[in-house]
Amino acid sequence: MAIALSQFNEVRLDRVSREFGSLNALRDVNLTIKRGEFIALLGPSGCGKSTTLNCIAGLLPVTGGSIWLDKNRVDTLKPEERGFGMVFQNYALFPHLNVRQNIGFGLKMRGTAKAEMERKVDEALSLVRLQGQGHKLPGQLSGGQQQRVAIARAIVIEPPLVLMDEPLSNLDAKLRLEMRAEIRRIHNELGATTIYVTHDQDEALSLADRIVVLRDGIVRQVGTPKELYEAPAHLDVADFMGFRNKLKGKVIATDKGRAIVDVEGAKIGGVMREPLSIGAAAYVAIRPDDLFVAESGENALAVIVDTAEYRGREFVGTAHTKGGLELVFRSSHAVEPGTAVQLRAGEENTLVFAEPI
Amino acid sequence: MHAPAAMSASGPSLRQRLAARGFDAVTLLVLPAAIFSLLLFVYPFAFGLILSFEPKSGDWLANYQRFFSDSYLYDTIYKTLALAIPVTLLNLVFAVPVAFRVRLMRRQRLLTTILVLPITLGTVLVAEGLLNYLGPQGWFNRTLLTFGLISQPLRLVHNYWGVFVSLVITGFPFTFLLTLSYVTGIDPALEQAGATLGASAWQRFRHIYLPLLMPGFAITFCLSFVQAFSVFPSAVLLGEPAGLTRVISIAAYQAAFEEYDYSMASAVAMIMGFVQLAIVVAVLASRGLFYRGPASGAKG
Repeated sequence: MAIALSQFNEVRLDRVSREFGSLNALRDVNLTIKRGEFIALLGPSGCGKSTTLNCIAGLLPVTGGSIWLDKNRVDTLKPEERGFGMVFQNYALFPHLNVRQNIGFGLKMRGTAKAEMERKVDEALSLVRLQGQGHKLPGQLSGGQQQRVAIARAIVIEPPLVLMDEPLSNLDAKLRLEMRAEIRRIHNELGATTIYVTHDQDEALSLADRIVVLRDGIVRQVGTPKELYEAPAHLDVADFMGFRNKLKGKVIATDKGRAIVDVEGAKIGGVMREPLSIGAAAYVAIRPDDLFVAESGENALAVIVDTAEYRGREFVGTAHTKGGLELVFRSSHAVEPGTAVQLRAGEENTLVFAEPI
Repeated sequence: MHAPAAMSASGPSLRQRLAARGFDAVTLLVLPAAIFSLLLFVYPFAFGLILSFEPKSGDWLANYQRFFSDSYLYDTIYKTLALAIPVTLLNLVFAVPVAFRVRLMRRQRLLTTILVLPITLGTVLVAEGLLNYLGPQGWFNRTLLTFGLISQPLRLVHNYWGVFVSLVITGFPFTFLLTLSYVTGIDPALEQAGATLGASAWQRFRHIYLPLLMPGFAITFCLSFVQAFSVFPSAVLLGEPAGLTRVISIAAYQAAFEEYDYSMASAVAMIMGFVQLAIVVAVLASRGLFYRGPASGAKG
């Protein structure tokens, strides 16, 4: 592989902040990214993940803090001086240039010799598997092909860092899965360092080495997909990690990292993820997979089933309690809407959080 | 069971066939516009064309022969072009950087309104204003005299430059508005992509914006040029209507209202139209050299 990415040890974001007028889009973001890592910035829209990416790329100036590439400060440089490759959400391919010219654009701007440029463009084309499409204009390509051109264009300049801003959000579901695998393959083949912005936790979990969860411009948690999935630190992170049932209650007992919470009179036990004292308001978070239709009333809530959808291997149901709490659960056998059942929470994967700020 | 067979034998009705080609009752809505342009454009044009071939004396081409043999007449083409082309190019060159700046502004509306004012004021008012401002006794000369920068008033009006300045003032807003709409039509992500790929501000303009804007510039040039080419009031009021700014519309005016030779005036108007058409066709044809597709990369 002759596309050799620039070598460095780490990219460091040091208390990076960004204000839009009076609004704090980013507050004191600290993050260190090691060479070769695949980092996903995950969060709902407006959480600051794209702002972070644009600040790193230099498309938005930071209003506080600094960004470092090893010992070099880069946040004071113009985007064209940083040399980071970026893949845009709408691809931003140059419509008047054909595929080869699009990919070669960055090399041309650097004054690369023609023969070398041709060779590198050929390699980039074969890396993204677009051989033979070089003469086409972007308008003649499908969405997935445009995506590949955008990736080739970003990596052919051999950037230390590849930035991707929701690159798959414009593709249909099937293509999205295919391109997801492609992005990881290219990352591995090149040994690239990638920062990937997404609002889709499946994408983040399957692609990233580490995930950074952002909310309201604040880093909520940084960790491997496994850490985040199994031990989210806050309720909003848990929400992103598939804990769809969030039941408000009051702590009635705590013991060795576990808490028992009173939810509408039912006692639900779970692992305490944030320090809580007896009497404090708390949220019990349970994945739909960890709610079982049961006979006994232990660790369970009495609910009325609202809907039950057939999903092949299982049923996905919704239900509500007397107090109006909405729950989502899975069941291996059919449950009739309108019937009263008990939903028992699994002990292991039930988490207890403090009230969100 | 018989009815469908019968229908397929006779085929779709005339109405259906017309509708398939895009003709239906809605097509009738074109009529008012068609009548309007027939009465106000096609008829006067045809009338003028025929009139120009019916000279007061001589054979049917006599008007055209006279025009192209009399330097006092055919020079007006050159004089008008010498005004219209530099003015149009200058306006375009001015409009591009202003449009690029305004594109990023939040108070776009206010600035646009200020820039559009000269259009609504009309050429005569602007010409009168310039006469007062730039004339020998105008503020401009008096200010320079007061500060001792000049000893004699500068001659800024009643010459080529007076007309030039007034055409820039009245033509710029129009050129600017067109340019602005083309500039804002380009996806800003393209420029950002260029920047992350290492292109400097000038390279981004040269390699991304310029090629995408060329077709728009060609249209803007044509429309602005046609406006400038038909200059009349400012050429009379601010220029030297007997000399350097004797533009082609003055020649037509004199033929019609000083010599009362409507046939000759029509011939001059036809020549004027032909020169405009030739320039416009040449400019539009050159668009073929550039990319002309949509100015955003993705399919959406």
